[in-house]
Amino acid sequence: MTRISRRGLLRSGAAAGVLAATGFPLMAQAKRGGKLRMAINGANTSDSWDGRTHSDAFMINCAQGAVFDCLTEVSATGELVGELAESWEATPDAKTWTFNLRQGVTFHNGKAFGADDVIESLNMHVAEGAKSAAQPIVANIAEMKKLGDHQVQMVLKDGNADFPFLLSDYHILMYPAGQIEEAIAKGIGTGLYMNVNLDPGVRFVGKRVDSHYKDGRAGWFDELEIIAVNDTSARMSALLTGQVDVVNRIDFKTEPLLKANPKTMIFEVTGNQHYTLPMLSDVAPFDNLDVRLALKHAVDRQELVNKVLQGHGAVGNDHPIGPANQYYAKDLPQIELDLDKAKYHLKQAGMDSLNVDLHVSDAAFNGAVDTAQLFQATAKGAGININVVQEPADGYWSNVWLKQPWCASYYSGRATEDWMFSTAYEAGVPWNESHWDDPRFQELLYAGRKELDSDKRRAIYHEMQEILSTRGSTVIPMYANYVDAASTALAHGENIGNNFQLDGSRLAERWWFS
Amino acid sequence: MGSVTRIVLQRLALGLLTLFVVSIVIFTAVNLLPGDFAQAILGQGATEEAVNAIRRDLGLDQPPVQRYLEWLGDALQGDLGTSFAQANFANFVGSGTVSELASVTSQIAPRFANTMFLAGVTAAIAVPLSLTLGILAALYRNSVFDKLANITTLTSISSPEFFLAYILILFLAVLNPWLPSLSNIYAGMGFGERLEKTLLPALTLTLVVTAHMMRMTRAAIINLLASPYIEMARLKGLSPMRVIVRHALPNALAPIINVIALNLAYLITGVVVVEVVFVYPGIGQLFVDSVKIRDIPMVQACCLIFAAAYILLNLLADILSIVSNPRLRHPK
Repeated sequence: MTRISRRGLLRSGAAAGVLAATGFPLMAQAKRGGKLRMAINGANTSDSWDGRTHSDAFMINCAQGAVFDCLTEVSATGELVGELAESWEATPDAKTWTFNLRQGVTFHNGKAFGADDVIESLNMHVAEGAKSAAQPIVANIAEMKKLGDHQVQMVLKDGNADFPFLLSDYHILMYPAGQIEEAIAKGIGTGLYMNVNLDPGVRFVGKRVDSHYKDGRAGWFDELEIIAVNDTSARMSALLTGQVDVVNRIDFKTEPLLKANPKTMIFEVTGNQHYTLPMLSDVAPFDNLDVRLALKHAVDRQELVNKVLQGHGAVGNDHPIGPANQYYAKDLPQIELDLDKAKYHLKQAGMDSLNVDLHVSDAAFNGAVDTAQLFQATAKGAGININVVQEPADGYWSNVWLKQPWCASYYSGRATEDWMFSTAYEAGVPWNESHWDDPRFQELLYAGRKELDSDKRRAIYHEMQEILSTRGSTVIPMYANYVDAASTALAHGENIGNNFQLDGSRLAERWWFS
Repeated sequence: MGSVTRIVLQRLALGLLTLFVVSIVIFTAVNLLPGDFAQAILGQGATEEAVNAIRRDLGLDQPPVQRYLEWLGDALQGDLGTSFAQANFANFVGSGTVSELASVTSQIAPRFANTMFLAGVTAAIAVPLSLTLGILAALYRNSVFDKLANITTLTSISSPEFFLAYILILFLAVLNPWLPSLSNIYAGMGFGERLEKTLLPALTLTLVVTAHMMRMTRAAIINLLASPYIEMARLKGLSPMRVIVRHALPNALAPIINVIALNLAYLITGVVVVEVVFVYPGIGQLFVDSVKIRDIPMVQACCLIFAAAYILLNLLADILSIVSNPRLRHPK
């Protein structure tokens, strides 16, 4: 295999056969028409069209998935393609990037899209007092220059080979310059569907625009209705009764019902979403590599996948890079449950037995408490006594996470290796949940960031994954799949995006009624 | 009628006093909720500085007594405060202005209207149904019909609401696709469609409230059937139905009205579970959402509305039973 696309990996790797098993008619001829109704969770009365605040499935599907566009897009096959940017090029140091923008694109209010919109939309994230999750991405831009109506040059403070990838982030939406406040209030973007009505926490209605630059490639529905259904049972019954065509995050308990129903289908992809058990690497006993290794070998990962995720996931290997990443090291030796090894490392650390507290709450991820208890049961065999401390869900992120020496956490994963590493594993960053500080790792992180050569980057990122897997201070027992369900009246392309749930949250663009 | 006015005014004053006490309870209870809005909205990103900035901006760092008095003062002027939820926190942190936030009133109004619609539909089904059942049960008391009606309604009132809701969904939506299981009504929806979507939650609530009203109707009527004037009516040769409807029912109205009013109040305040199960965008769901994100002004306003509805309907029940009872209307 010379070139591995992320999709190729998914199909040949852990989730082989998943796509084929869904039974969707593959590659049927797409056609226009119909009203797509989706029931999606993660809606709040606090929702708005401000991309900087988006964090959950409902608004991501409404905004990035329908009404707004980004500069770049991760395609269903995992490749980076242009969305509002047509092409881009970089200087060899990956510092200066020039984006050529698509011409003839208009916002839903008729305003033409151009360079000014890009500059102003990006600046939203670094505005005085703004709190945007994409702030670090934009803050790395030292200067933005308008080279022409449809050409923008961005000079970065630090070279970043992944920069165009980062611009596909769902926070970085393109708004009309000079009308951003109005666009946030009314939902004015360049997307395939224009906003008819958004009732925060209740529903969104969209209408297909008459003509769009994605015509013939995407946007097959005439109308779109996304209903906020946070209650899982209600989503399931809405799909079973045919009131909606698509639901996200199915309840695993009702999975047999959905499978038995000839009118519904489950679609499932393994992406980058993973659950972590970070240990503070500068706090005893976790500052001892042997203690960490003992713990890494004292957990039955497959059991966790089977019991906590009910099979809807894949075992993790203590590094945060998943099958949806470009340079996922799938050949890395898998850490297995090995109590003899665990005992050996414990002895190496000069201990006969080990008593540690593991602080968990289901606020960290659904099933965190079960995970800790299963871990506790297997670790006992190696003389490790894990004391499971149940913490209240309220205030978990502020009182427990980053504060207790060992706790539970999760990441939905990041589109690029660098982004993931620099979010949670770079020395000194606020979310470095294991206080990870390794000179070689740090050196590789900086080198990979500036490297444009794909093969060299693969080597770099593989080594970084290996470092975390063999020395790191975070137990990452499992990847959790994205499991959604749809009516069999729908059809989709050959591939389903695995960078986010619901076909990379672009189901409304990519799917159609067969 | 002077005495009635006096009684009404007395009750009204008492109601206001109750509401005042309730407002203190609400405020204290909401402040006892663990965690706070700043932590809830920031989630994983809750650094100490960000939390403090939001708390400062929203005035959450003020002493509770001061916050209570300000809230009460504003509420008295009809201003229920501004919702934290609609705050644009991307802009908001550090800017220190609260003026752009959506007001609680503007958010609650449409949701409250939806809840009232659901309550209305339920009442339109439940009240006639339980009165009829109650009268028939009294008429054929101790018959098979009476026992069946009692068993059915008692079973339904003893089951948790969500259980009834799922049973109804199973039989009326999943197995027999007659009614929609999602009640996602919205502004501008036609009345017919709105009614259709509201039917399942309304039926669930009907099952919950019918037993109470039906049994009270039955008991109140049977109670009167032993009275001499009923016997007189019977001896006149009137039909049993006429005896009950024309002679017994008017005298039994007071307790029935009381129980109906109590149940109507329940239809407004007790819909939380039903609204969540059916995804009905009423005040109950708003309440749950607001608690989840610690939108304190919204939670307080919802509680206050629930309390006010309860007190008001009880007041109405009192007044109606006074009006319907000559002995109370003309006290010696």
